[in-house]
Amino acid sequence: MASAIIVDGLEKSYGTKKAVNCISFNVNQGEIFSLLGPNGAGKTTTVEILEGLRERDAGRIEVLGMDPWRQGYELHKRIGVIPQGFSFFDKQKPVEAIQYYAELFGVKVSAQKILEKVILEEAADTVFEDLSGGQRQKLGLALALVNDPEVLFLDEPTTGLDPQARRNLWNVIQGLKEGGRTVLLTTHYLEEAELLADKVAIMNHGEIMTSGTPEEIVSKYGSGKKIVIKGGEGVYSAIVRSGISGAFRNDNGEVSVPVRDRRDIISLVTSIESAGVTWGDIRTEEDSLEDVFVKLVGGTMDEGELRSKGVREGNSP
Amino acid sequence: MNLKRVYADFKVYRREYLRNRLGLFFALAFPVIFILLFGAIFSGAGSSSVAVYVQNLDANSNVSAAFIQSLNSTGVLNVKVVDISGNLSNYLLSHSLSNGIVIPRGFASDYENGKSVNVTVYTDPADSTSGIVLGAVSGVINGFNLKRVGASPVVGLNSATVNAHSTKYIDFLVPGLIGFSILTSPMFSMVNVTAEYKKFKRFKQLSLTPLTKGEWLVSKVIWYTILSFAAFVLMVFFGTAVFGANLRLSLIIIPFLIAGPTLFISLGMLVGIVTKSIESAGVIGNIITFPMMFLSGTFFPISTMPHFLQLVARFLPLYYVIAGLNDVMVFSNISTAYYNLAVTVAIAAVIFVLAARLFKWKEK
Repeated sequence: MASAIIVDGLEKSYGTKKAVNCISFNVNQGEIFSLLGPNGAGKTTTVEILEGLRERDAGRIEVLGMDPWRQGYELHKRIGVIPQGFSFFDKQKPVEAIQYYAELFGVKVSAQKILEKVILEEAADTVFEDLSGGQRQKLGLALALVNDPEVLFLDEPTTGLDPQARRNLWNVIQGLKEGGRTVLLTTHYLEEAELLADKVAIMNHGEIMTSGTPEEIVSKYGSGKKIVIKGGEGVYSAIVRSGISGAFRNDNGEVSVPVRDRRDIISLVTSIESAGVTWGDIRTEEDSLEDVFVKLVGGTMDEGELRSKGVREGNSP
Repeated sequence: MNLKRVYADFKVYRREYLRNRLGLFFALAFPVIFILLFGAIFSGAGSSSVAVYVQNLDANSNVSAAFIQSLNSTGVLNVKVVDISGNLSNYLLSHSLSNGIVIPRGFASDYENGKSVNVTVYTDPADSTSGIVLGAVSGVINGFNLKRVGASPVVGLNSATVNAHSTKYIDFLVPGLIGFSILTSPMFSMVNVTAEYKKFKRFKQLSLTPLTKGEWLVSKVIWYTILSFAAFVLMVFFGTAVFGANLRLSLIIIPFLIAGPTLFISLGMLVGIVTKSIESAGVIGNIITFPMMFLSGTFFPISTMPHFLQLVARFLPLYYVIAGLNDVMVFSNISTAYYNLAVTVAIAAVIFVLAARLFKWKEK
């Protein structure tokens, strides 16, 4: 499959601060690629360089075969962008905004059809300042679609939205993928990346820590299958005494134990039963992208802010 | 330059402006309020006469009555006779009045007998009308002295105006307020727009479309030029229809209505570009705009200001816009108007180039 975006050894510094440190990745045509990372990871700088809004210090980049900084004017006719914190003129209605962009791009479009595509037709005549957060982001997406772009750059399109608005926008983005467009999506919502992206790159401190499909990343860095048993100190002690390693208690009064196959499960249950302790529900689990992110980055994300994770009892990183 | 894109951007900006009634108020209604206010204060009928309170202690004499009549006849004094029971000085103080005259007892008999007699004139040196009162009373006293000795004035006075027609305050106010509109609307708007676009990254957004910096700038120049023409029509209409302003119109006014807004759009952009926040842009914008508004001949002719302020005014770009408009509309002095137009265009070009160079769509 042909590459829509090629990034090879990209570097960018602001003064002495290295914002992007020698990163490389490829995005194939028709793919949703997600750059995932906390605030300050270098996602927006990377995207703005790819959009031709910032000049790089080093490295080779191509978007649709063009150098974004040198051929930005031509490139912009073939890409669509929702910048981070998208805003528009307060007193303009979505229909007028689409018409404005169509006139700037010199294309004839049906504003109504574009609004239907992003599920915003009910607010077609509402001025921007009266739109909800979700509707504003949808308008951003509508404007990004005016020139029928081959590649879309969506920089944190769902930040600050309520869960319902976020899900609505996810549906719209999935619809774009089905329409065959290439999408580069930056986000700090792990769930969003896991749900939408074909490939993910986890960024932190300007570097890509890993990349691949979400399944590949989980398989490479995850701790495999585990059994989660409802039970307290007694269950935990019984497992430790039986010599099974890697068990840890979480905050919900559950004990988690990594397992390789069915024999491990049988031996685990047997050891708890023989200890005569009370135990409740039992289920199998696998690491999610979030678990892998925590391992790689060393914290969880809350609206993009990285929070250090508490040490888990009995668990080795 | 793609004119379709210029027009598209112009339409959006115009719609934004017209839907934001505050902007329209400051652009058009505010100068109209000013012309009605200042026009009424300084150009109303009889408003040029100064009230003077006269205490006639020689109440029953024909001479004192004739003296009061003469004061009234000057046309610059509006005599109001007060009661003779109290002290005039105290009366003026207690009523917050500035000008008064006391005609002493025995004024008529002393005058007829050729005996020296003084009328007392009270004025407040801090009040600009004191000179008018002293001059007028002095003139009336001279007339009475000549009449007493049966003499006629040897040196007379012919009054003439510099212009072919006499100028009134309103004649200067109309070009001044046109200049005011040319300054305030583009300047305040562009300071705000530029700082806001920067803050909300709208320049970045626009840079992702085929719209160019030049096209964006031209659409703003067109909009504020149209606003300046609208302000010009309103000012001339209210000035002439309501206050009888005597103004001359010429095609040379048109370049002032284009170069002026271009100058202040660029200056506003420059302030918005170099400041770090919307708030600081507003403060710097005010620091630049307000002195210019008051010292460039907007509300009063420059010639009425102290010499050093007249020198300061020559460093303010608005001075040349208003001076040029005055040259055309008040003095019909086209050659001087060309000079002021050339200076306006030169300043506009320098600031426009500076703003355009510092104005970045993209970031390094």
